[in-house]
Amino acid sequence: MSERLSQQFELGYTYTRSTGPIVGRFLTELRQRRIVGTRGDDGRVYVPPMEFDPVTASALDEFVEVADCGEVVSWCWVSEPRDSHPFDTPFAWALVKLDGADVPMVHAVCAGRDEMRTGMRVQACWAEETRGYITDIVCFEPEAQGKGP
Amino acid sequence: MKDIAVVSFAQSDCRRDAGACNEVELIMPVIEQALQEVGLRNSQDVDFTCSGSCDYQQGAAFAFVMGVDALGAVPPIKESHVEMDAAWALYESMLKITMGQAESALIYGFGKSSPGELPTVLSQQLDPYYLAPLWVDSVSLAALQARVLLDRGIISEQDMAAVVSRSRANAKANNPHAQLAGDVSVEELLAEAEWVAPLRKHDCCPISDGASAMVIATVERARSWGRPFAVIKGIDHRMESHNIGARDLARSASTELAAEKAGVANGAVEVAELYAPFSHQEIILSRALGLDDSTEINPSGGVLAGNLMMASGLSRIGEVARHIMNGDIRRGVAHATSGPCLQHNLVAVLEAA
Repeated sequence: MSERLSQQFELGYTYTRSTGPIVGRFLTELRQRRIVGTRGDDGRVYVPPMEFDPVTASALDEFVEVADCGEVVSWCWVSEPRDSHPFDTPFAWALVKLDGADVPMVHAVCAGRDEMRTGMRVQACWAEETRGYITDIVCFEPEAQGKGP
Repeated sequence: MKDIAVVSFAQSDCRRDAGACNEVELIMPVIEQALQEVGLRNSQDVDFTCSGSCDYQQGAAFAFVMGVDALGAVPPIKESHVEMDAAWALYESMLKITMGQAESALIYGFGKSSPGELPTVLSQQLDPYYLAPLWVDSVSLAALQARVLLDRGIISEQDMAAVVSRSRANAKANNPHAQLAGDVSVEELLAEAEWVAPLRKHDCCPISDGASAMVIATVERARSWGRPFAVIKGIDHRMESHNIGARDLARSASTELAAEKAGVANGAVEVAELYAPFSHQEIILSRALGLDDSTEINPSGGVLAGNLMMASGLSRIGEVARHIMNGDIRRGVAHATSGPCLQHNLVAVLEAA
């Protein structure tokens, strides 16, 4: 009776966006499996780097390289991962304070439910191919015995 | 800012899924009720209209424009929108009136969250380089905050469950629009399984469809309408860093500052309606506002009983105004929030005229 009209449609943006000198430096360093932060006006090291000091709002440009291991400051246990989550089996989100940083970052921790605790040591698990994205760090994992500060 | 009168308020039921009912159909009944209570016919009868909603919920740029259909497309009106909770549409309307460009305003907020997965949708409003690619959701971020409070011994799981128990009981007693209401004990709540530990499902606000609307005016205009009204004596909003690692998650510094600027401590607070989407956040907020046992907190049940995303903040102000207009109380405080882990907070002090 009536024909259903249809057409392929792709939503796209025909431009690229620069990440700028601060975020861009961080993402570029990730490609080399290095993690950098910026030093705030009060001397605290923010990882990932912040472009502007959250208190004084002044532009930050002093980079500090930090370790790819650190301590879990807080965590939650995702018993039922969502489709969008990076893992389809239970995992933790955590605030991880890397060695050399003063401000923790949000990322995933892959570990057993019983291993998770505040203060635990974790180390980054890097992607086989790094591309300059936050996901170059696949997750953090419990630090191997004998390592640490 | 000079005193501004809240003259009417209407809110829809909080429904988990409004089905085929679209945003315009959610908005129209509450607008009509808010206007009719004052004896106004339509948005032509106010000087300014402002709405609050989030295009991410509808998944399309400028989706909020469709909401304007609820007002009628012609003749033209002076109208604005905030991509925020409608509590901030109220704030914009107050500025408009204070500048002398309007004497009355209609404010509405709406959200139909059911078509998507709201915590996931909200993940895409986070930092686009550091967080959005991880798809870390709003419930998980709140759970990180709850753990900070529990680890430091600032609150216990019993305290969190007590907030939920009181919310459900208050909703049962006082709130015909609530989605979750009933009698449930702390023990029963704590016996439930953890969900995003340390949060249990009941620690998180439900996902709701609906809308709310309000009419405000200068005190002179409100008097001319001859209806009871409440007066906004103080209002302020403050924002903290988007970097949750840089914030002290155990307190709400922005709420503390907004409360000071809005003058919360200048008198007794009989009722407080707090926008706390997670149980532990109600405790953070009541402490930030300096409230004690003399204040009845969330007599409506708060948003743990039903959360109209983008309208719940306006509803908190409307709930307090309604208590004052009914003559139940003489002074109350309302709070609205936005962003992960209470990033942005608005505090309003309302008093009897």
